[in-house]
Amino acid sequence: MAEDIVRFTIDGVVVEGILGQSVIEACDVAGIYIPRLCHHPELQPSGNCRVCTCKINGRNSAACVTPATHGMVIENATPQLTADRRAVIEMLFVEGNHPCPYCVASGDCELQALGYRLGMVAPLQPYQWPGRKIDATHPDVYLDHDRCILCSRCIRASRMEDGKTVFGFAGRGIAMHLNIDAEGGLGDTQMAAIDKAARVCPVACIVIKRESYRVPNGARRFDTAPIGSDIEARRKAPLP
Amino acid sequence: MHQTAHTGGGDIVPAARPMTAEDSAAIEGFLAAVGGDRTRLLDVLQDAQRQFGHVGDEAVQAIAAGLGMHPVEVEDTLSFYAFLDQMPRGRFRIRLSKTPISLMKGAQQIARAFEQALDIAIGETSYDRLFTLEWTSDIGMADQEPAALVNGMVLTSLTPIDVPAIVASLRQCAHASDQRPFQVAPSRQGMPAHTAMRTSLVHAGPLLSGPCDQAEGIHAALAHTPDQVIEEITRSKLRGRGGAGFPTGMKWRLTRKAVGSDHYVVCNADEGEPGTFKDRVLLSEFPDLVFDGMTVAGYALGARHGILYLRGEYSYLWDALQAVLASRRSAGVLGHDICGRAGFDFDIRIQLGAGAYICGEESSLLESLEGKRGAPRDRPPFPTERGYLQQPTAIDNVETFACAARIIGKGADWFTGFGTKESTGTKLMSVSGDCAVPGVYEVAFGMTVNELLDLVGAVDAHYVQVSGPSGQAVAPKDFGRRLAYEDLSSGGSTMIFGPDRDVLDTALQFSEFFVAESCGWCTPCRVGTTLLKQGMAKLVAGRATAGDLAQMDSLGQTVMRMSRCGLGQSAPNPILTTMRNFPELYEARLSPAPFTPRTPLHDALRDAVVVQDREPAIAEGT
Repeated sequence: MAEDIVRFTIDGVVVEGILGQSVIEACDVAGIYIPRLCHHPELQPSGNCRVCTCKINGRNSAACVTPATHGMVIENATPQLTADRRAVIEMLFVEGNHPCPYCVASGDCELQALGYRLGMVAPLQPYQWPGRKIDATHPDVYLDHDRCILCSRCIRASRMEDGKTVFGFAGRGIAMHLNIDAEGGLGDTQMAAIDKAARVCPVACIVIKRESYRVPNGARRFDTAPIGSDIEARRKAPLP
Repeated sequence: MHQTAHTGGGDIVPAARPMTAEDSAAIEGFLAAVGGDRTRLLDVLQDAQRQFGHVGDEAVQAIAAGLGMHPVEVEDTLSFYAFLDQMPRGRFRIRLSKTPISLMKGAQQIARAFEQALDIAIGETSYDRLFTLEWTSDIGMADQEPAALVNGMVLTSLTPIDVPAIVASLRQCAHASDQRPFQVAPSRQGMPAHTAMRTSLVHAGPLLSGPCDQAEGIHAALAHTPDQVIEEITRSKLRGRGGAGFPTGMKWRLTRKAVGSDHYVVCNADEGEPGTFKDRVLLSEFPDLVFDGMTVAGYALGARHGILYLRGEYSYLWDALQAVLASRRSAGVLGHDICGRAGFDFDIRIQLGAGAYICGEESSLLESLEGKRGAPRDRPPFPTERGYLQQPTAIDNVETFACAARIIGKGADWFTGFGTKESTGTKLMSVSGDCAVPGVYEVAFGMTVNELLDLVGAVDAHYVQVSGPSGQAVAPKDFGRRLAYEDLSSGGSTMIFGPDRDVLDTALQFSEFFVAESCGWCTPCRVGTTLLKQGMAKLVAGRATAGDLAQMDSLGQTVMRMSRCGLGQSAPNPILTTMRNFPELYEARLSPAPFTPRTPLHDALRDAVVVQDREPAIAEGT
């Protein structure tokens, strides 16, 4: 079994992972949090957001798509990487429309939570104010494209987990957007509220109707603890 | 936006007609031609585009059903490529090349002339549905700008007075044939003679001089074992000519060693870097040399399949290249039992691209070859291990294959006799801009920028953009540097800017190019390229402050560090390298005082004050 163990260091801490794990998976198990946004532990990684970029053996690589190998030397929580990650989060804030104070996901939103965790104050870049439409054609699920950060979680979940391929990308560059597998909108697809694709959105783009305020503001996931706390709680030894 | 008074005019989207039984049969034909293989989706979409002029919703449904895909997956590919349309456009697509070089040669005047002659603005379609006028990224004609593509026909060295004749000729062409209109390439009849493409080769060196035998390389290769062929390539120190400079021998060895059910040889002819056109020269004047090199690679790697990925902008080379392949097959140097060697089977197919610079990035190219959007892959695994269809694949530049053919034919020692220790052989430089004789120059590695400028007759270069916008702006203080992998590495694009050219304008145009060509997959490149362009536009307009400049610098570096592939990692180069080399030009354009809004907050809030019937609790004077 010993050959299946890969040992590497991240910010000087030795981590033992299993061959075949990505860097982010191995670190998650070890209780070391690498900030991430598009990555979801139950989905194939896709490397869209680049927030989990680490300096791996001297080169910047996304931890979600980089296989853990023996002897890797990884930098994670350096001032430079934190600043770059914050800049990427800012880009997502100005690319879409993200009015946290009245957004249904506030407190439960991974984008917002990463903004806090990475120390974002207010975006320094100009807001793009895209004009995107809401898709409310589905009885149980609505789509607020304003919030979409193109993380592809729903695309991956719908294709691989639900076997429905309700979502896809369309267009390219800054015009790339989430596309629906029906001309008439989400209501014309096989989408169901119990689908994986409906439950993995990190923001408030895919929202289950009539569920939004069951947990009140102030009592939500990231209202009580910063994002990544659950992973860090797995850590056995105290931080050096 | 467009203030010209219109009489006829345009700017309508022509209505799509419902599909007929004949249309459905045509789509069935396209699907049958690829055997219902969904990795050939790009071919099916291009066939439909040529047949209907666009690929509408009904066609998408039919193609999706035929390939066992979801329409959303078909649209993913369809919506990605610039040369594929979801909505109808004019029968003649006039695409004007928009690059700093075309603009310095008068592309704006050509655009105005077309707008006048067609009575439409850029981006519009004429009411008679005959014409759509658009800008497009570099079309590989930097030595013959201003240039345009019209349904795959190239027009070069345009002047405004050519335009009426061109439009008349196209109208005549439309008159003469209305059967399957989008398949008809316009005839050159009536086009001004000087608008035909000319040869670009100005200076041939050892690579392109002397006889070019159909199969010199493969004959020589067959006298050795595949391992010996790879050893010879390794000994020649040949490095990738696309710009990255990866050692070719090592790439071939890794690919040969990798385990897979099939091995592939892919030639990257998606020559999209603005300012380069040497692959067009190789493919139009030395195609046998390129195919010979691919066949040598096929032998060395034990591959049976070769693919040439030809950029959509070069579709006019299609027929000639197919004819060359056919003649090679009949000569027995392609296909089964090549050169009489039993069991040595290797054939080449051509995949036509559809307008996407990113597909020159090797992993995006593979995605595109598999019928998908050209989004790069994360590495590892590298293509040598898992490339096309997840099989071991060697992807090399057109020029690299030409070099490989010569090396095997003439020997590694011959090759290492040229160039420097680290950069052996010669390099094809595509030279354009402010010089006496633009064109392709084959020069030995190690030549200084100054020597190249003398060779091409550039007397007072203000700066040189080496290796295209993704390369760097080189100022006169660095003209003594050498063109070689160990110093100024270059894929060959060499754009020369004289003293009258605006460095900042050029940097802005390059940043617009990256906005147009970013694939969108990753955040830093998708959003960052747009933010950089906006920052640069603000600076060029004289509204940026020193703070804005520092912020643009910082943003550019984040985009370089965080982007997924080479496109994003080099997209900030035009801004960052000019910022370093010409700081005084940036400073001179800064707004002296911080930006102050013309609308006081009180005025901005006036409507809200009326609605709420109360004044905001803020201090006066803000």
